[in-house]
Amino acid sequence: MPETNGHDAPRVGFYVCHCGHNIAGIVDVAEVARFAGTLPNVIVARDYKYMCSDPGQELIITDIREHRLNRIVVASCSPLLHEHTFRVATEKGGLNPFYFQMVNIREDVSWVTENHDAATHKALDLVRAAVRRVAHHRSLATKHVRIHPDVLVVGAGISGIHAALTLANAGKKVTLVEREPTIGGHMAMFDKTFPTLDCAACILTPKMSAVKNHPNITLWSYSEVSEVSGYVGSYTVKVKRKPRFVSEELCVGCMECIDACVYKEGKTPDEFNQGLSKRKPVYIPFPQATPQVVLIDPDTCIEFKSGRCKKTCVEKCDRNAIDFKQKEEIKEIQVGTIILATGFKTFDPKRIPYYGYGKYPNVYSSLEVERLVNASGPTGGDLVLRDGRHPKTVGIIHCVGSRDRNTNRWCSRTCCMYSLKLAHLLKEHSEAEVYNFYIDIRAAGKAYEEFYDKLLEENIHFIRGRVAEVTDWSARPEEEGKMIIRVEDTLIGVVRRVPVDMVVLAVGMEPQADSQDVRRMFNISCSTEGFFLERHPKLAPVDTFTDGIFIAGACQGPKDIPDSVAQAGAAAAQALSLIDAGEVELEPNTAYVVEESCSGCKSCLNICPYTAITRDETRQKAFINEALCKGCGTCVATCPSGAIRQNLFEDEQIFSEIEGLLQEKESVLTGGGAWRAPA
Amino acid sequence: MSYLYFPGCSLRSTGRPYEESILAVFRKLNIPLKELDDWNCCGATAYVSIDENRAFTLAARNLAIAERMQNNGNAGEDLMAPCSACYLVLEKTQHYMKTDEGVNTEVTAALRRGGFDYKGTTKVRHPLDILVNDIGIERIAKAVVRPMKGMKVACYYGCQVVRPFETFDHAAYPTTMDRLVTALGATAIDWPMKARCCGGSLTGTIQEAGLRLNRALLKEAEKRGANIILTCCPLCQHNLECYQKRINRRFGESIHIPVAYFTQFIGLALGIPRKELGIQRLFIPLKFADPPTKEAHAHA
Ligand SMILES: Cc1cc2nc3c(=O)[nH]c(=O)nc-3n(C[C@H](O)[C@H](O)[C@H](O)COP(=O)(O)OP(=O)(O)OC[C@H]3O[C@@H](n4cnc5c(N)ncnc54)[C@H](O)[C@@H]3O)c2cc1C
Ligand code: SF4
Ligand code: SF4
Repeated sequence: MPETNGHDAPRVGFYVCHCGHNIAGIVDVAEVARFAGTLPNVIVARDYKYMCSDPGQELIITDIREHRLNRIVVASCSPLLHEHTFRVATEKGGLNPFYFQMVNIREDVSWVTENHDAATHKALDLVRAAVRRVAHHRSLATKHVRIHPDVLVVGAGISGIHAALTLANAGKKVTLVEREPTIGGHMAMFDKTFPTLDCAACILTPKMSAVKNHPNITLWSYSEVSEVSGYVGSYTVKVKRKPRFVSEELCVGCMECIDACVYKEGKTPDEFNQGLSKRKPVYIPFPQATPQVVLIDPDTCIEFKSGRCKKTCVEKCDRNAIDFKQKEEIKEIQVGTIILATGFKTFDPKRIPYYGYGKYPNVYSSLEVERLVNASGPTGGDLVLRDGRHPKTVGIIHCVGSRDRNTNRWCSRTCCMYSLKLAHLLKEHSEAEVYNFYIDIRAAGKAYEEFYDKLLEENIHFIRGRVAEVTDWSARPEEEGKMIIRVEDTLIGVVRRVPVDMVVLAVGMEPQADSQDVRRMFNISCSTEGFFLERHPKLAPVDTFTDGIFIAGACQGPKDIPDSVAQAGAAAAQALSLIDAGEVELEPNTAYVVEESCSGCKSCLNICPYTAITRDETRQKAFINEALCKGCGTCVATCPSGAIRQNLFEDEQIFSEIEGLLQEKESVLTGGGAWRAPA
Repeated sequence: MSYLYFPGCSLRSTGRPYEESILAVFRKLNIPLKELDDWNCCGATAYVSIDENRAFTLAARNLAIAERMQNNGNAGEDLMAPCSACYLVLEKTQHYMKTDEGVNTEVTAALRRGGFDYKGTTKVRHPLDILVNDIGIERIAKAVVRPMKGMKVACYYGCQVVRPFETFDHAAYPTTMDRLVTALGATAIDWPMKARCCGGSLTGTIQEAGLRLNRALLKEAEKRGANIILTCCPLCQHNLECYQKRINRRFGESIHIPVAYFTQFIGLALGIPRKELGIQRLFIPLKFADPPTKEAHAHA
């Protein structure tokens, strides 16, 4: 680490960036540079169009050499964007990179202030503070952490499957944890997928069996993560494996036991078929389920309820796979990186009572209809309604639980397209007239608009308007026995009553019910609506604010399969880049104990949210594990003896920064200063 | 448990049986009501469409009197407003005084000139809300002496008690009244018209439109086997009951169904004499005999 005259008297180089018009359009950058030049210790002060460009950085490097600078301050954008860039330039000039300080006069000033004088004034205050602060900077060493090469993927829908396969094909060991008895997620329920109408099973099941057979993938289905600890590169994860009461090693999925079960007919609503059929206590979610292993549901199995079943299933199984004594297991693994791909849940249409779901038997959710038109679904693809009829007219209502202030405000992005797909499939499976009730058709995607076009030619009806209600209120003889969809047709400006036999509610996509618990366990954030929050909506869409944890697919927000797969690939690539680098640099902003001052009072021990502090019993002093410390500063503020300090946030640094800000007291404290934008 | 009570103009004119039955039912349940001192027009109806702030000022004066009474020995007593129009305008005034600076400044200034210093603490309640959520369905069910077996009720809420504020029930599919009448032994029919428009004052202005709306409600109630419609609003009651003949003439229908206040219905179940409930004032007579008491049943 170069260590150039950091302890000599400070010689500061100051640079203010125009950022094109972004900053210079509001802040008088020439004045900022002139002002900085008058501050104590400042040797060079310049303004430049784009400081982050190569020539901009070159300015810093040459100035350090020519003017023997030992401190650098750049006033430009947010440190999130370019702090690293300028630290590197500082280092290239021959200084320790932490002799650098950044001032954010774009996000904090020019983008949020309308008045030019006020903006310039605020910039000057911030610059004065930074120049004072940097004098107290010290040389620090960046920490390096080794990355464990194994990866945990949570959730095995299409996103988790794709991420796991990508990593495994690159030679990494992956543990894939799925809480349902089978992998596949929502996609496994679909018959066909938009816009190409290729059969979902045909493209998904090969990937599912690839997961099962891949030597680098450990698949734990019917399992959930129960505990996560550690930090980027070194996570310890506990996984709860729920008992299937059937040995995964022995069962070959012949399903003879299901036939042999003492229940002749299923009695329990089948989860995979959305309750449209019944299953037995011993069951397999669907024929291509992966792993191909049956399971027993103890809530409905007679043996579990009374202990007196004939156990015809056990008799039948010549592999002795059934084991009523199986117990829940907790497994512990070590991984370096984690990908969350926990997907979404569909909106519960009962929350909109005026659409009649749960009241009128022939009102269906779209997910139910996916099963209904599916050749391997509960009716073998026969479009037969709950009352046994075949529909002659079907109404598909878009945006149910989307774009609605009363439920969810967001657009679920996939419903327009899957409604078009279902319209096509319903027509294919019946003679029915199909009506789509939409607010807008959102068909933005490769070949999506063309798909919509094609449907217009298939004689499917489109009525623009948000449906007011679905009732059985018939006002005319021809409406008897039908459900009436009332809607304002906004293209012709009239209220219409459309009688139909079947209603399909295009339910929106929502965060999983337990997304907050999962978020807490993995220490990441959720956006207000509850989807996992990405580090940056454009530039870091699969990263989170926790290093080493990535997100992919519908858990991050509503999206279709192509986008989910793209994100899964991106998340895998992000994990790979960490793994292949072998180690990560960590910001040295950790807390440290000044042992002479530490009285060993233990006040700090329990307050650290990352359990980074322990007590060294022989020395009777607090000890902070650098690798665990996230630099939150809680202990620094807590220690009654002032024995804990924090790199990059030393008292002298912060106080001098505050002094710099307050030097022109009036402007900051009284709020009456010229920098305040006039109301 | 006791309440301040704001009758409003309807309950002293077309809605008399509503007031009579409310007072009788609350008396029977031992819930004291105290009429608001020196109350004035609630500010609803046409006033709101002509000058909102003045309408709000009228409403606010009532709210302010309630607050004053709460501070003078009636602590914690909510203000009960049985007419849906009164209820809504009082709620609305509360809402805008809290959220709209312009309304707040103007109304507060007007109240000051009238000697009121309104802090905004008054809570406005509808009797349906009070009966179901404060007094409780269970307590009412226990007091039933004449279970309303055989009565098939179309519970009609209208719009103003549930929209736009959705204070105590769902905006489009309310259920409080249904649960209440079920506890009285009646059958509540499920119908999609519960909270649909009764035409409001259209029956007096654009009558064709008003009649059409009422016809849809009445027909649907009859079609689903209801033998009575219950309302919680004087205007709804008036529209649904008084225009049946005209609707029949205009559209060639043969509608004939009694329309009563839900409080009258509760009263009957609690064994209160018909006269005290104003049953005789209904235009379409309620044709079941004076409620036999449980004892009478036992003798038969
Ligand atoms: C009715 C309907 C039709 C659709 N049709 C199409 C279409 O035709 N074409 C298209 O491109 N898109 C379609 N979509 C969108 C598609 O469903 C999604 O894009 C896709 O399923 C997202 O995949 P995913 O893996 O991110 O999430 P999911 O499919 O939801 O998978 C998530 C997986 O994670 C598991 N999981 C959740 N939480 C945990 C946990 N805590 N621990 C362990 N495992 C967990 C779940 O059990 C599940 O297996 C449709 C959506 C709907 C609702
Ligand atoms: S448990 Fe036995 S009988 Fe049942 S599917 Fe597995 S191997 Fe076949
Ligand atoms: S700074 Fe925060 S994370 Fe670091 S040791 Fe202190 S309390 Fe823990």
